[in-house]
Amino acid sequence: MQMPPLDPAILARRSEIVAALRAIVPGEGVIDDLEGMRPYECDALSAYRQMPLVVVLPETVAQVSTILSYCQDNKVKVVPRGAGTSLSGGSMPVGDAILLGLGKFNRVLEIDYANRCARVQPGVTNLGISKAVEHEGFYYAPDPSSQIACSIGGNVAENSGGVHCLKYGLTTNNLLGIELVLMTGEVVRLGGKHLDSEGYDLLGVMTGSEGLLGVVTEVTVRLLRKPTTARAVLLGFPTEAGAADCVAAVIASGIIPGGMEMMDKEAVKCAEAYVGAGYPLDAEGLLIVELDGPPVEVDYLVERVAEIARGRGATTVRVSNDEQERVLFWAGRKAAFPAVGQITPDYMCLDGSVPRGRLVEVLAEMREMSKKHRLRVVNVFHAGDGNLHPLILFDANDADELHRAEEFGADILRLCVRVGGVLTGEHGVGIEKRDLMGVQFTEIDLDQQMRLKCAFDPDHLLNPGKVFPQLRRCAELGRVVVHHNKMPFPDIPRF
Amino acid sequence: MQTHFTLAQLADPETARSNDILRKCVHCGFCTATCPTFVLLGDERDSPRGRIYLIKSMIEDDRAPTAKEVRHVDRCLSCLSCMTTCPSGVNYMHLVDHGRHHIEETFTRTLPDRFMRGVLAYLMPRPAAFRWAMVLGRLAKPLAPLLPATSSDPGGATFLRRLRAMLEAVPDKVPTPSPVDRPQVFPALGVQRKRVALMPGCGQQVLAPEVNEATVRLLTRLDIEVVNVAGSGCCGSSVLHVGRNDQAIELAKRNITAWLREIDGAGLDAIVINASGCGTTVKDYGHMLADDPVWAEKAKQVASLAKDVTEIVAEVGLSGIVPRPLTVAYHSACSMQHGQKLDALPKKLLREAGFMVKDVPEGHLCCGWAGTYQVLQPDLSRRLRDRKVANIESVRPDVIAAGNFGCIGNIASGTGIPIAHTVELLDWATGGPKPAALI
Repeated sequence: MQMPPLDPAILARRSEIVAALRAIVPGEGVIDDLEGMRPYECDALSAYRQMPLVVVLPETVAQVSTILSYCQDNKVKVVPRGAGTSLSGGSMPVGDAILLGLGKFNRVLEIDYANRCARVQPGVTNLGISKAVEHEGFYYAPDPSSQIACSIGGNVAENSGGVHCLKYGLTTNNLLGIELVLMTGEVVRLGGKHLDSEGYDLLGVMTGSEGLLGVVTEVTVRLLRKPTTARAVLLGFPTEAGAADCVAAVIASGIIPGGMEMMDKEAVKCAEAYVGAGYPLDAEGLLIVELDGPPVEVDYLVERVAEIARGRGATTVRVSNDEQERVLFWAGRKAAFPAVGQITPDYMCLDGSVPRGRLVEVLAEMREMSKKHRLRVVNVFHAGDGNLHPLILFDANDADELHRAEEFGADILRLCVRVGGVLTGEHGVGIEKRDLMGVQFTEIDLDQQMRLKCAFDPDHLLNPGKVFPQLRRCAELGRVVVHHNKMPFPDIPRF
Repeated sequence: MQTHFTLAQLADPETARSNDILRKCVHCGFCTATCPTFVLLGDERDSPRGRIYLIKSMIEDDRAPTAKEVRHVDRCLSCLSCMTTCPSGVNYMHLVDHGRHHIEETFTRTLPDRFMRGVLAYLMPRPAAFRWAMVLGRLAKPLAPLLPATSSDPGGATFLRRLRAMLEAVPDKVPTPSPVDRPQVFPALGVQRKRVALMPGCGQQVLAPEVNEATVRLLTRLDIEVVNVAGSGCCGSSVLHVGRNDQAIELAKRNITAWLREIDGAGLDAIVINASGCGTTVKDYGHMLADDPVWAEKAKQVASLAKDVTEIVAEVGLSGIVPRPLTVAYHSACSMQHGQKLDALPKKLLREAGFMVKDVPEGHLCCGWAGTYQVLQPDLSRRLRDRKVANIESVRPDVIAAGNFGCIGNIASGTGIPIAHTVELLDWATGGPKPAALI
C-alpha cells in the first residue's frame, strides 16, 4: 500500500516533537519507544502496518486542542484513532504523523431521558451506550458487529451501520450533536440535543468524514425505547440464490425488518462452532430476520416472512421462542467475522453495497472470482440493505496470497460499482478502498470532495493518505488539475 | 496475524504453540473492551490485543524485553476475560504464561521487585510458612498507615507501596488451622455415591479454613466420600503467574503423584477444587506438562478428573433443602467464569437451594484480587475492587457469594455486606451451620 512520502524534516525533528507532546500530556500518555508503539502499528485491518512517529493519548479536550494547534503550527501530521477496530485501515498510522489515541475518553457524561439522548466521550464503546441505559428500557440503535469494542467516536468518523440500520438508520440518523476539535485547535460544537441544526448541515458533513476534517471529542446520540417485542427468525435455504431472492421478496412485499442478515455455509459453520446458536449446518444460505414492534404486529410479520421464505424454497424456518434465544441467534452473526479466524490465519473483510435486486448475480459472480483468484470467500452481510461483507481468506505469511487477496477484493468492489452499488457500505474508504475511488467517482467528483477537505484542513495534516487516491494540493483546486499530462475531459470546451 | 518465527525457533514446542495461538488472532480488538486494565487505562498496551503484540515481539525477536514492555505485561490480571470475549479462539492464557516465562528468563528486575516476588513465590505455596508470615504481618500491620498509600512511580508500584498492600491484606485475626486439612478420609454419611479427593489448597486453608470444612460437610451429606490425599497441596498457579514455570511444574508433579496413587488405590471419581483459581490451573495440567514424555499422560488423566465443587454437587444434586430467604449477589470469579467457563451453574445451585440470586453489573470485570496482583499492582487492584464493590452494592444484596477465597477476602475488605463462599451457603441451606460471615 503506497502512502505519501515521509517528510524528512519532520522525522529529523522527532525528539523535539516528542518533548513538546510530553509538555502537553504528562505521564504514560506519550509513547515514543519502538516496543511501546508496536501495538499501535495497525487497526483491525492488520494486513497493513506502519509505525507512527509517536503515539499520544490525551485525557482532556484541552490537551487535544493544544496538541492539534501545536501540530498545525509545526505542520505535523495527525492520525486520529478510536478503539482501533477499523476494517478499512482508517486509523492506520502514518510514518511521519503522530497517532492521536482517544482511548482514555471513555466516560458517559450525561443521560437525558427527557430528551431521549446520551452525551458521551468518543472512546465509549457503541455497546457501552446501550448498556448504560438498558435498565431503563432504552438503547442506541446502530449496532456494528464490532459494537462490543468499537468506539462511538469511530462510529461517527465512519458513519457505521450495523444489523439494525435497515430499519433504524446509520450513525448519521441517530446522531444529535458533536464536539469537535479542528486542526487549528479550535473547539466547535455542532448540533445539540435538538433535531435540526442551524445553518448548513455540518453535522452531516462530519459524519463519515473518516478523521479527515477534525477530531471528535464528545458525542450526543439519540436513545430509542426498546421495542416491546422482538423475535428473530432463522431461515435456511438450499441455495445462496434462494436466500438472496427471499431478501428482495421480503422488502418488496413492504416489510421492513429490524434486521435481515445473510450468512453462507462456511460462515454458519464457524459461527456455530463459537456460539452454538443452533444454526442449520446444511443450509447453503442462512437468513436471520428480526421483526420488532407490538406483539400482534410481530406475530403477523413473522408469519408473513415465513410464508415468503417457504415460497422461495426455505428448508429451515425457526422462530426464537424467548429473548435469550433471540440474542443467541444474533450472537453467532455478531461474532461471525472473527470466528472465521478459526479456519484461516488471516482474512480481508470487504464492504460494498449493491442494489438488493442484484444480490443473486453478485453472489454467483463472486464464486467465479473465488475460483479465478484461488482463494476462498466467506459471505456474512447485511442483506436487507444490500451491504456486502465478503471475507477473503488468506495466509499473510504467504506474500502471493496477500497479493491475490488484494486483487480479489478490488474485483469484488468493481463488481459492486458495476451493478449500480457503491464501494463502501459502512466501513469507510480508509486505505483499503482508497485506490478504487476512481472506479466510483470522476476526477471532478473527487476534486469537489477535496475542496471540502481543504476548507477544514488546508495543509492536509489530518489523517493523510486516507480516502483520496492522489494528493491534490488545495491551492491547485482553483485551477484545472492536470494529471499525467492528461487534461480531464479534453472534449469539454474550456475558457 | 502474520508471524515471523524461524524454523529453529519453531523447533521449541512452547514457541510453536505460541505461534499457533498468534496465527489465530485476527486483531479485531473485541478483547480490549472487556479487559479490566484497558477499561481503566485506555492504552492499547494495557489490553490483551496490545499485550499479544508485546509478547509476540519479544519472543519473535528472541530478546530481553524492555522495562516498559514488562510493566504492561505485569499489569495483566490473568482474569482471562479476553478469552471469553475472543471469537477467534485465541488461547491468551497460554500465550501470556509463555510471555511471563520469557520475561522471567531474560529480564533482570530491580532488586526490590525481585525480593518482593521471591517472598511471594516462597510463601504462597507453603501453608505453614504462609501462616507464620500472617502472624508476623499481623504484628506489623499497625505500621501500614505509615507507608505511602500511592506510588510515586505512575507506571508500577514502589516497594513501600507494595509492602503496605501486603500488610493491608493480612487479616485482623489469623484463623487456627482446621483439622480437616490433614490427610484423612471423610466417609459419606449415607450410602456412598462417589469418592472424590479434595484439593487441600494453600492460601485458602490459612485464610479461610471454613471453606474446606463446609465442603467436607456438604459433600459427605450428599453421600460422597471425601479424601484429603497425603502429599497433595498448592496447585502452582500463584508461582506460574509470576513466571516461575519450573516451580509450578514441581508443585503440579507432586499433586499428580499423590492423586495417581489414590486413583490406582481406592479410586477417585473426581478431584474436587473449591478455589476456582486453583481449578483453572489443575484443569490445565495436561498443557503444563505436555512436553514431558514421562508426565504428559499422567497430567492429562489428573486434569480430566478435576472439577469445581459446584460441578460435583450438580452431578449428585442437592437434597434436604431448608430455604433461606436471602438475596444473594453472586460474584463470578474470573477463574470460574472465564478460566473454567462456569458461570450459570453456581447460580443455578444457589437458586435451587432457595436463595434469590442477583447478577452483578459489569460482572465480567475482575475484582482486582488476582493472586499476587493485589500486592504487586496495588493501585490498579484497589480501583478494580472499589468498582466491583460499587456494582455489587447497586443490587442491594443481603449476602455476597463467590467461589474463590481470594475474591472473598478482597471484596470483604471494601464493603460491609457479608460475603461467603458458595459452598458455605449451600452447606447452610442443606442443614449445615450458618456461615460465620452472617452471624
